Amino acid sequence: MTTEHKKWELRLYIAGHTEKSVTALNNLRRYCEEHLKGQYKIEVIDLLRKPQLAEGDQILATPTLVRKVPEPIRKIIGDLSNEEKVLVGLNIIPA
Amino acid sequence: MKTTNNTKQKKENKTLPSLQKSPTGISGLDEVTGGGIPKGRPTLVCGEAGSGKTMLSIEFIVKGAMQFNEPGVIMTFEERAAELAVNVASLGFDLEKLQADKKIKMDYVHISRAEIQETGEYDLDGLFIRLGHAIDSIKAKRVVLDTIENLFGGLDNEGILRAELRRLFTWLKDKGVTAIITGERGEGKLTRYGLEEYVSDCVILLDHRVVNQISTRRMRIVKYRGSLHGTNEYPFLIDAEGISVLPVTSLKLDKEITSDRISSGIPTIDEMLGSKGFFRGSSILISGTAGTGKTSIATAFADGVCQNKERCLFFAFEEPPLQIIRNMRSINMDLNKHVKAGLLKFCGARPTLYGLEMHLVAIHKEIQQFKPSVVILDPITNFISIGSISEVKNMLIRLVDFLQNEQITVMFTALTLNDQMNDQTDEAISSLVDSWLLIKDIEYNGERNRAMYVMKSRGMKHSNQVREFVISDDGLELIDVYVGPDGVLTGSAREAQMLQEETGVAIHNYALSRKDREIMRKRKVLESKIANLNSEFESVEEELNKVYEEEELRKQILSKNREMMQTIRRGNGADEPQNTKK
Repeated sequence: MTTEHKKWELRLYIAGHTEKSVTALNNLRRYCEEHLKGQYKIEVIDLLRKPQLAEGDQILATPTLVRKVPEPIRKIIGDLSNEEKVLVGLNIIPA
Repeated sequence: MKTTNNTKQKKENKTLPSLQKSPTGISGLDEVTGGGIPKGRPTLVCGEAGSGKTMLSIEFIVKGAMQFNEPGVIMTFEERAAELAVNVASLGFDLEKLQADKKIKMDYVHISRAEIQETGEYDLDGLFIRLGHAIDSIKAKRVVLDTIENLFGGLDNEGILRAELRRLFTWLKDKGVTAIITGERGEGKLTRYGLEEYVSDCVILLDHRVVNQISTRRMRIVKYRGSLHGTNEYPFLIDAEGISVLPVTSLKLDKEITSDRISSGIPTIDEMLGSKGFFRGSSILISGTAGTGKTSIATAFADGVCQNKERCLFFAFEEPPLQIIRNMRSINMDLNKHVKAGLLKFCGARPTLYGLEMHLVAIHKEIQQFKPSVVILDPITNFISIGSISEVKNMLIRLVDFLQNEQITVMFTALTLNDQMNDQTDEAISSLVDSWLLIKDIEYNGERNRAMYVMKSRGMKHSNQVREFVISDDGLELIDVYVGPDGVLTGSAREAQMLQEETGVAIHNYALSRKDREIMRKRKVLESKIANLNSEFESVEEELNKVYEEEELRKQILSKNREMMQTIRRGNGADEPQNTKK
């Protein structure tokens, strides 16, 4: 568990409301509630509506979770079904 | 054609009648492919690192935007857009401006395994959306994905990747864009990750080989579904103006032929060739050992061509052009004025500068720019240093083909080393030249002289005589050689023979005049004899005449006496004594 006091800014890129994106969003919400309660902000970006945003964060795959804050930027792609991987990937728990 | 109307997209089926092609604008490539790469389909360009894949695809996009009014998207997985722009700026491609004009859109896709974690299912919709957005924003007709295989390096789940790539290529077809996908050459297959499985309409393989430390780029159309295409390996060149591919071997021998003649610049050589010179558009070989004046003949030809206000391109592979100009001044040939008038252009390059194919491409380019009516290559034998004889021959065949198509006369010079090597080098190219002049050294009587003859000259009457080839301060000349009892006489032996003959004539003349004088003398003697006889005859005649006159006189006197006697006898006695007295 992290001891950092920074606020977490997470961004989830999806392409329409597919099964994968719904799963990913649900998973993410769950992990955040568990580990980062009150310290996080999730922004969901649907690339079908805002395709121009894909370039900025170098999005290839969907769904992609981007940790904007804290730096450095981290990306996790997939439906986030593996909790440990997500937590390690976001550096919420040490590897 | 198999994926005509999969999902969305407009009225497809436009490819039904025959395969539509999208011109690349890359010089030579469109000829090789018969009009370009398949329109509305992906084409795979594969090759090793540094083989020019990126250059080819960028040029495809830039030319499309500039020449064919087809905007294009460059999605690069390797180089940052800015880096790419700098890299191709050397070719005069201003990517920044084209981007500002909305002719081109560049997108750099950065993938780094370090930054990315994968958990669970995903797809590459992000990439599709990015590409789709880029295409739609400038209404692109052309797309380049360079090198999409980098995805394999950045993402772990190959199963998903492969499925998504397959979907991507289908999607590109549905979008109706003409795409080039580049891929790194793999071991034993065309691309490292087997992209050729997905892109099967047109595959172009680029190659970069180094032989004898000289590199040559080559291109081959491995596959072009539904279209004829050249199957050879075509060399190509990347230079200051981009890529030039050489569609080198013309498939047919159906070039136009003229019977126009072009002077060799040396009147005596023209004389040997039916008094008219070479055929225009033919190929001429001048071969000979070192120092026999091959370059001099070639420059004389160039000089003659320029004096007729035609253009001549001179490739000097041995001497620097300025040196040639200086040297030719010594035989009364001013090439500099032709150079200044823009009629003569020298291209000096050491053969080892680049590979054979590159030379060929470079020669092509120069010819297409300068548009000469005569091309001279001096000498071609130096190419042996960078390729085998058969390779050189191949290159020359292709060059001659090209030149004959363009109705350009070409003259090669070839160095023959000595008599054993002699015909090997020559034979390699003799079958492709139309006229072949051979210069030989004749070493005799302590000196070396040059003799020239016409080995062959297709389609014209030509002399079978060996002539002595003389280079003097006034230029080049052919002189009849003297054939003496010891063989052919040249140089001072010929001079000696000429002197000897002159002496003979003088002696002969002297003898003649002596005889004349003797006759004169004889005549004089005769004439004086005749005069003697004449005077003798006159005296005899006079003698005779005297007798006649006396006789006459006597007759007269006799008849007078008789008359007197008669008178006396008739009685006139007084007169009688007078008469008898007499």
